[in-house]
Amino acid sequence: MGAMNAEDMAQYKGVFVFAQQVDNKVSGISFELIGEGKRLAEKLDTDVTAVLIGSEVSGLVDELAEYGADKVIVVDDPELKDYRTEPYAHALASVINEYKPEIMLVGATAIGRDLGPTVSARVATGLTADCTLLEIGDFPLVALPNQVQKHNQLLMTRPAFGGNTIATIACPDNRPQMATVRPGVMQKLDRVAGKKAEVINYNPGFTPNNKYVEILEISKAVSDIKDIMDAKILVSGGRGVGSAENFKLLDDLAEVLGGQVSCSRAVVDSGWKPKELQVGQTGKTVRPNVYFAIGISGAIQHVAGMEESDIIVAINKDEDAPIFDVADYGVVGDLNKIVPALTEAIKAQLANK
Amino acid sequence: MDFTLDKKYEMAQNLFREFAQNEVKPLAQEIDEQHRFPRETVDKMAKYGFLGIPVAKEDGGQGCDPLTYVMCVEELSKVCGTTGVIVSAHTSLCVDPIQTFGTPAQKAKYLPDLASGKKLGAFGLTEPGAGTDAQGQQTKAVLDGDEWVLNGSKCFITNGKEADVYIIIAVTGVVEKRGRKQKEISAFIVDKGTPGFTFGTKENKMGICGSSTYELIFTDCRIPKDALLGQKGKGFGIAMHTLDGGRIGIAAQALGIAEGALDTTIAYVKERKQFGRSIAQFQNTQFVLADLATKVEAAKLLVYKAAKKKEQYQADHKTSYSVEAAMAKLCAAEVAMEVTTKCVQLHGGYGYIKEYDVERMMRDAKITEIYEGTSEVQRMVISANLLK
Amino acid sequence: MKVIVCIKQVPDTKGGVQFNPDGTLNRGAMLSIMNPDDKAGLEAALRLKDEYGAEVTVLTMGLPKAADVLQEAIAMGADKGVLVTDRVLGGADTWATSTTIAGALRKLEYDLIITGRQAIDGDTAQVGPQIAEHLGLPVISYAQEIKVDGDSVIVKRQYDDGYHMLKAKMPCLITALSELNEPRYMTPGGIFDAVNAEITTFGRADLVDVDDSNIGLKGSPTKIAKASDKVRKGAGEKVVPDSPEDAVNYIVGKLCEKHVI
Repeated sequence: MGAMNAEDMAQYKGVFVFAQQVDNKVSGISFELIGEGKRLAEKLDTDVTAVLIGSEVSGLVDELAEYGADKVIVVDDPELKDYRTEPYAHALASVINEYKPEIMLVGATAIGRDLGPTVSARVATGLTADCTLLEIGDFPLVALPNQVQKHNQLLMTRPAFGGNTIATIACPDNRPQMATVRPGVMQKLDRVAGKKAEVINYNPGFTPNNKYVEILEISKAVSDIKDIMDAKILVSGGRGVGSAENFKLLDDLAEVLGGQVSCSRAVVDSGWKPKELQVGQTGKTVRPNVYFAIGISGAIQHVAGMEESDIIVAINKDEDAPIFDVADYGVVGDLNKIVPALTEAIKAQLANK
Repeated sequence: MDFTLDKKYEMAQNLFREFAQNEVKPLAQEIDEQHRFPRETVDKMAKYGFLGIPVAKEDGGQGCDPLTYVMCVEELSKVCGTTGVIVSAHTSLCVDPIQTFGTPAQKAKYLPDLASGKKLGAFGLTEPGAGTDAQGQQTKAVLDGDEWVLNGSKCFITNGKEADVYIIIAVTGVVEKRGRKQKEISAFIVDKGTPGFTFGTKENKMGICGSSTYELIFTDCRIPKDALLGQKGKGFGIAMHTLDGGRIGIAAQALGIAEGALDTTIAYVKERKQFGRSIAQFQNTQFVLADLATKVEAAKLLVYKAAKKKEQYQADHKTSYSVEAAMAKLCAAEVAMEVTTKCVQLHGGYGYIKEYDVERMMRDAKITEIYEGTSEVQRMVISANLLK
Repeated sequence: MKVIVCIKQVPDTKGGVQFNPDGTLNRGAMLSIMNPDDKAGLEAALRLKDEYGAEVTVLTMGLPKAADVLQEAIAMGADKGVLVTDRVLGGADTWATSTTIAGALRKLEYDLIITGRQAIDGDTAQVGPQIAEHLGLPVISYAQEIKVDGDSVIVKRQYDDGYHMLKAKMPCLITALSELNEPRYMTPGGIFDAVNAEITTFGRADLVDVDDSNIGLKGSPTKIAKASDKVRKGAGEKVVPDSPEDAVNYIVGKLCEKHVI
């Protein structure tokens, strides 16, 4: 796509966020995007607009306002009852073409990662996926002799290569600047009860075409016994846990974190846990985002199976345990006291989030 | 002369390696401990054509060559010696003689099912009183009308009881050779389930414990006249030819075991710490590994060369690969034994524990110096050629 | 029925990522593999071949070396391979990549296009839906199951909280998840055939209805401002808290800082 001309670009103003809702319940990511959108809007001296798409969703407007949306554009149509790529892409692309936002943020959810690319291709702009950091700055970052340095650009930072590399991306010559944003990374604002937003109702008209797929069935059930190699968070126990019964402490912690329990070889040998849960040279190699090593001394055979984890938290009463050599955060102490308290503290933290 | 592998061999190696890692390695310890034949692996290998690699496409095979087959046995054996020998015994000792000596009718009857892995093959030469010594054979086949009647027994038969098709060597008479009376030896194809064909005891072995090793018993076992493989009286030649090919397969197995042990040990010494540093940093470790890697590489060249020689034979039916096969097996087997023994040593106490693969690999390596001709027999083959 | 599967050659990160001594990624040390989601898409297509006799074409875009994944796909059972390669196509972002692939697809016949959900090197999940958009096709992302029903496909579409069974009329595009199936292996005989199989090569001139402003680095609206290979972490912290409460506060603090909670 060619660069937009300056006059066209200047028409694009404001920060828009896609306010994802499922079954007329606003998804958590929407509040996070409003919070982040507001922060960016302040830097650009503009405001944040939530784009709410669905069927009979006007009741959700106030909630979006209370979390910080200055404006809410509502696209309400029976065709939009459940998420389908086509009517939703038509809705969002039409809003973009009509209201011309400078920045358009979408959650990097199973919905947003389908909607975002379709819409960006339709409105002919760039899209940066799965961002973890958004900033306003210059592009190029430093002035170069033969290139115009543009100011007030959205700088979108994202990990790639399974998190092993990071890149900062800009979309300097086209509008809107679009990003999908990883859930759980951005901060939502404190809810202000009674806060109101300007509401704009907009319906571009929906005529089913070949791109409308038919929904045959909707199922909300998700249950799988998951492989520890796929877990994002592992709460792993070693001989120091003391008994099969005492793994309850770890089960509880894993549950509040939405993680899974794994273990060291000593635990399998003692018959406390099955072999499928063993991490290490003779067990499985895991690379979760967070690995809790609880009561695990950290023999090299164990470490070989978990050292690639993004964050390693170790709890062990032995100050010289080798696990502390690989842990990012090592805590010397009694797991029987720390783990239950940690579970409660995290529960509390999540509840008031 | 070019030592770089063609693209097709590289791809085949990757395939076998991936299959071995995903499908074979996870079972290696279990089948060893439980002395269990890995039927599920055989079924998977059948599905992907691993049981008919050097068989022509028109015979239901993959249309590949002996080197591809060798690479398959090698890669499987890197993680599990048992799985390697199952493929080797099937392909070299059953499929190959039918391919080489079978009549069109025998080929049509057996090759498609064997090459697709629908049926598994085995080979029965060894008897309690005779190994590679043909004159010691006791099993007899007597023509009675339109049928051969087999009596006798075979021992240490790989894939025994699990196989569906057996190549059986038996005495069919006495002939005069240079004024001396000698036993006349012939080869037969025998189907499992033939009345009078039963299985004796299962051997409880030191290594390759998942491989099924049985005694075969023939009691008035009647097989059709056309079950004779090749000409009557040519059985010894067929057996020797078959063993030449088999030795390449076993050499590939030995090579794989040696490479597997070396790979495992290299990973281990980098991680294992003693006196505050990884044992890979000790010169003893470094020098031992250097010697082992050099020997493995030498063995590999001999094995691959033998496979290429066999390919030449298949094209011209003239080229002899007997000496190359013997050298490959002699070298690879002895290297496998040395490498696995030293790898156990580098593992220290852990190397003596069954949880660590090198313990099994050392036990598996030993048989490669024994079966399909001991190292001593290989030396006889090689020296006979030197001094002829 | 004609199925085209779009596949990508990516560095293998499964056995862990290799680093240079300075902490940057050692891409040269990593093997190239077929992207796992794409491989699942290929397996789905090969099952349609087994069941309905579908003709399966694999298409990739990249350097000439990317023909390796086409050969692998043929060794698994695909019928034909198309390599889209041209120097002017280099440096493409997802927009330019999707316009290029769409341009190549316009030259081919298809009832169904399958892509992987995302590639393990870029992780964007954008190219599949964008191709569908350029071609005006219905798209179903995140497919966990694919069935053919007359002139339609029925797809189990994964969501964060469950799944939808969706029906789309062909031609359409599906993006496959690696959970979709267990891809088959190559066969030795398939490999011997694949190395001799002819691969069709498309250059810039073969792309249908694609403007120069939409290809390569110049046709990419997103620009890299800064890229860095994450440096491998050094030694961590170790604390000896006075009480369990201190320990908990420390851990919770770190987890919040890292956005774990």
